[in-house]
Amino acid sequence: MRRNTILTAIALLLLIGFLAFADNFFDLYLVRILNLCAIYAILGLSMNLINGFTGLFSLGHAGFMAVGAYVTALLTIPPDVKKQIFYMTPIMSPLDVMNLPFPLALLVGGLLTAFVAYLIGAPALKLKGDYLAIATLGFGEIIRVIFTNTQSITNGALGLKGIPNTTNLWWSFGTALFTLVVIASLIRSSYGRALMAIREDEVAAESMGIHLAKHKNLSFIIGAFFAGIGGGLLGNLLGTIDPKMFTFTLTFNILLIIVLGGMGSLSGSVISAFVVTIANEWLRFLDEQINLGFMVIQGKVGTRMVVFSVLLMVVVLFYRNGLMGNRELTWDQLCNSKIWRGLSARKRGTAIAEGGEK
Amino acid sequence: MTFDLFLQHLSNGISLGSLYALIAIGYTMVYGILRLINFAHGDIFMMATYFAFFGIVTFGIPWYITFPVILVLTALLGMTVEATAYRPLRDAPKISILISAIGASFLLENLAIVLFGGVPKPFPTPDVFTDVVKIGTVSIQKLTFYIPVVTVIFLIGLTYLINKTKVGMAMRAVSKDHETARVMGINVNQIISLTFGIGSTLAAVGGIMWGLKFPQISPLMGVIPGMKCFIAAVIGGIGNIKGAVIGGFILGVGEILLVAFLPDLTGYRDAFAFVLLILILLYKPTGIMGEQIAEKV
Repeated sequence: MRRNTILTAIALLLLIGFLAFADNFFDLYLVRILNLCAIYAILGLSMNLINGFTGLFSLGHAGFMAVGAYVTALLTIPPDVKKQIFYMTPIMSPLDVMNLPFPLALLVGGLLTAFVAYLIGAPALKLKGDYLAIATLGFGEIIRVIFTNTQSITNGALGLKGIPNTTNLWWSFGTALFTLVVIASLIRSSYGRALMAIREDEVAAESMGIHLAKHKNLSFIIGAFFAGIGGGLLGNLLGTIDPKMFTFTLTFNILLIIVLGGMGSLSGSVISAFVVTIANEWLRFLDEQINLGFMVIQGKVGTRMVVFSVLLMVVVLFYRNGLMGNRELTWDQLCNSKIWRGLSARKRGTAIAEGGEK
Repeated sequence: MTFDLFLQHLSNGISLGSLYALIAIGYTMVYGILRLINFAHGDIFMMATYFAFFGIVTFGIPWYITFPVILVLTALLGMTVEATAYRPLRDAPKISILISAIGASFLLENLAIVLFGGVPKPFPTPDVFTDVVKIGTVSIQKLTFYIPVVTVIFLIGLTYLINKTKVGMAMRAVSKDHETARVMGINVNQIISLTFGIGSTLAAVGGIMWGLKFPQISPLMGVIPGMKCFIAAVIGGIGNIKGAVIGGFILGVGEILLVAFLPDLTGYRDAFAFVLLILILLYKPTGIMGEQIAEKV
């Protein structure tokens, strides 16, 4: 137990050291990718809470992110910039002067997203399986339709520009860590056990006295809260948002993350958030052109997504548990893993061999 | 609104509803037999329009040869999707099958973007279909009449197939219980494959007529119609073919009339279907024609 606390502290210090180094010495492109990794980790964790731990097949994540991103952006863009952006239709009256510091805006964004999730969850969570999937998918589309049409609030299809770039490594990784701690504690609490019981068998869970609607709503709302915060971080990282950003493709990417990492594994989601985000950048050459030295192959737009959809299908068809299944990466496991034991055993082994028999 | 204008909108609504109905049948058949949304159905529909485009424009084959060939090709595509994305997961948890279905849908969409390009293409429209007929003061495209007729013909054929033939009997048996059907000597996989084939053929018929009606095709054109037609199937009572047709008409006519009577809501047209879905699921989850299914423990 003490060893684990020390190891956690060391890991945290290492992370802080790495972030400080990255913040000062990495170029902007790398910093941006690291930020994206952390944001996708938040999104993956929140979707895993709903889909992986509670077994609700919800596909509304892009919609939640849109709410969070728009609220955060509208609250952080300075009033004079807002006037310039809304040149088609002037912005609605209380919004044009509203301005909050970034952390407060993020929190408001998350809370409003949670409220929207509460409104949607009340009718939608009565549904099961694929009905829920279609209803939440539809909700994501409706949010997009609404945001495209409410010109005086969201600036419609033109989107919001000039969002201050307040998201930095400290914010994104700090929030990711906070999300991880909150969701991990939730999973370990009695609420978490109830959620997993619902995932395994609703009827059995209900007969054990678990209030289905209450627990499903809880998971849905908390998941949406973090999705909204993730969306807010993303908007203030990119600097511009528009309704087209929040299509089903975005939800698909997060779904890929949780399937690849393992539905029901928090550490799996974090690992695969990094893997998928970095792969997304690394595979960019597929959409552009490939230079093999002797010949240039013209890449085609969309090839990356073909690779990702094949990857998703391969994982589901052949490695249904993903990287981690529903196991977690813990210090105990790491210390007892074969590689570590192999290393220390070899040391001991050579010591015995040297001092002993021959 | 004058009566003429109303008739114009109504005829538009009926032809749109027929298209929705054709695609919705594919959803409802697959759902009836596998208890699964075929997420890729909308993309199979999209592929059919591209096949037609290449047949007529690129290879210059006349439309009356191209269209039947496309029905066969699309059926094969549907069966391939079933064999690769659904069959290996027959005994897997439902969530895995859904994810695989979403993967198949995304694969088709993005393959289409890579192979055919993301820029919308004009769909070839032979004059036979687009000629305008004048009835009194109402002018209507011939196509507007053809679409419901074609839908009804296919619907009659399908009802006959399901209720009167041996294959249809096997399909009904498989939709009740896979195990028992297998014991009765039915090749379950073959029947499921056939169901996908028939559903995809109807999607192809819908796709061709969709292309003739809205002559612009793009790789993502199947997404919204796909979701709407699933909703149509749910409204009518999923698993029930007549229900799917009724749902399709309700959705098509409702959508057109909504825009006609309340032009302010034009931007929200695509949201109409989803609002309808939520309402029907809350108040009559089995849909208009659906049967009550007790939950088994």
